[in-house]
Amino acid sequence: MNFVVCCKRVPETIARIKIAADGRSIDWQGVQPIISPYDELALECALRLKEKGGGQVVALSVDPDGQETLLRNKALPLGADKAVLVKGGPNFDGYAVARIIAETLKTVPFDVCFFGKQAIDDDGGCVAAMVAEMLGLPRVNTCVGLEIDGRTAKCRRQIEGGEELIDAPLPCIIGVQKGINGVHEARFPGIKGIMAAKSKPFEVRPAPAVEATMEVVKMELPPDRPPGRIVGQGKDAVKELVRILREEAKVL
Amino acid sequence: MDTLTVLEVRDGKVRRPCLEALSEARRLAQKSGGQASALLVGDAVRAHAPEAAKHGAATVYVAEDPRFRLYAPEGYARAVVEAQKKSGAGAVFFAATAQGRDLSATVGAMLGVGVATECTGVSIEGGRVLARRPVYAGKVTATVRFRKAPAVLSLRANVFAADESPAAGAVVDAKPEVEDAALRTRVREVAATAQGKVELTEASIIVSGGRGLKGPENFVLRDNLAAVLGAAVGASRAVVDNGWRPHSEQVGQTGKTVSPNLYIAIGISGAIQHLAGMRTSKVIVAVNKDPDAPIFKVADYGIVGDVFEVVPALTEEFKRVLTH
Repeated sequence: MNFVVCCKRVPETIARIKIAADGRSIDWQGVQPIISPYDELALECALRLKEKGGGQVVALSVDPDGQETLLRNKALPLGADKAVLVKGGPNFDGYAVARIIAETLKTVPFDVCFFGKQAIDDDGGCVAAMVAEMLGLPRVNTCVGLEIDGRTAKCRRQIEGGEELIDAPLPCIIGVQKGINGVHEARFPGIKGIMAAKSKPFEVRPAPAVEATMEVVKMELPPDRPPGRIVGQGKDAVKELVRILREEAKVL
Repeated sequence: MDTLTVLEVRDGKVRRPCLEALSEARRLAQKSGGQASALLVGDAVRAHAPEAAKHGAATVYVAEDPRFRLYAPEGYARAVVEAQKKSGAGAVFFAATAQGRDLSATVGAMLGVGVATECTGVSIEGGRVLARRPVYAGKVTATVRFRKAPAVLSLRANVFAADESPAAGAVVDAKPEVEDAALRTRVREVAATAQGKVELTEASIIVSGGRGLKGPENFVLRDNLAAVLGAAVGASRAVVDNGWRPHSEQVGQTGKTVSPNLYIAIGISGAIQHLAGMRTSKVIVAVNKDPDAPIFKVADYGIVGDVFEVVPALTEEFKRVLTH
């Protein structure tokens, strides 16, 4: 079974984001890059499937700045067998990124291609479904359960208040939600993994030229909330709080 | 600009976030000298056309197919593209529900355009659609512009008003030609996991609990308070990572982003990734024993105190005033 996991470089979740001088992007100064958490869970999910049933895991990253650190220092040490770095491409244009990935996947064979359910920078969450449509493949996004049964992926997809039970013939595209197959956390790379990573294949290619469909005009920090007030201490403050919520804030 | 809004029918009703999206699409169409239309897609959905008309759809496209009884992404997407072609809409709107997010991406791929997901503001300038949307889990607001038409957008729930503005609602058939083989993703059935519960992202009141509740057994305090208020329940990342609560309740950067009318945080200190996910709530209330907890920096009203003492008292007081 061949697995591909698409890994996106994003700022770590605890980062305080500052807007860059151009007013249309963020300032990476002092910000730690990570593999987007849902992508990392997808990698963990793929590694577990490989450990169970054999196969190969390829970590794929499209990086506008061509940075390879996360593939080298994270994806390969964690257990991916090979890395493919596609240099270039836009950000915040899911369609253009999906085109690049779909183009790349034509030469990277797979049975299941994993994405995180969304990257935690642009929070778009549309690339997986777009790639599936472009390649004419079935897909399951916000997938919380995945079992390979012969040539079918038996999936559970999270929706509001329930789950859709979906059969997707392989090859297919999966967008991973936290908790998929009980995966809540990725493993940590061990010394062995770090050493092994050095000799694993690492392929670099330029991004194919694609048409841009969207552009970021402006980025801004949300306005600070007006200062609030402490109504009081302990349970004596409860009556006053409820009165305020009803009579002043009028939210009840 | 003409607009098309895709409506989702669940439990015999058009879902509220879809009516919010239709209302906003209609306002935008009116402002720009266009007309709003809507699409109903499913097995037997025609009966909901008057509901769409009531919210401003001059035309209601209907795509009925027995194979569309459950969500069939490839089939539904073809129906949307069909209705877009028929209507000539310059912008296609979805609600940012599980289905809307998945379907809008597929439609974007078919129309050759990106999708603005979870928008909180939409405008038209020089014939191009601009969308405001929270990114980096709400730490940043981005304004994006479509370079191509039609624009494809999903709108965040609870942000836009769903108001009535009756229109003709002429029903037009828009069933697409779809071969069986094109329906690649097969939804076999829908299993309800939380029937009757209020969905977090659509709730108007949310009560969230954090590590201050000290253990999974104490979340009953949160649940009791939520029950009195008819609220949805949320949790911080810390308690989800500890396995006290399921990930479906997590509010914040790797969970859900919410903007209810009232957000009550109990025993949540307010880590940056949590604040990012709830800071657009209209009114925030925090109960925490630490007066320096970051949650108080975003809260409109706070009580400093022991959650085990304050929360039950709060539940009783709400019960008392709300039943009068």
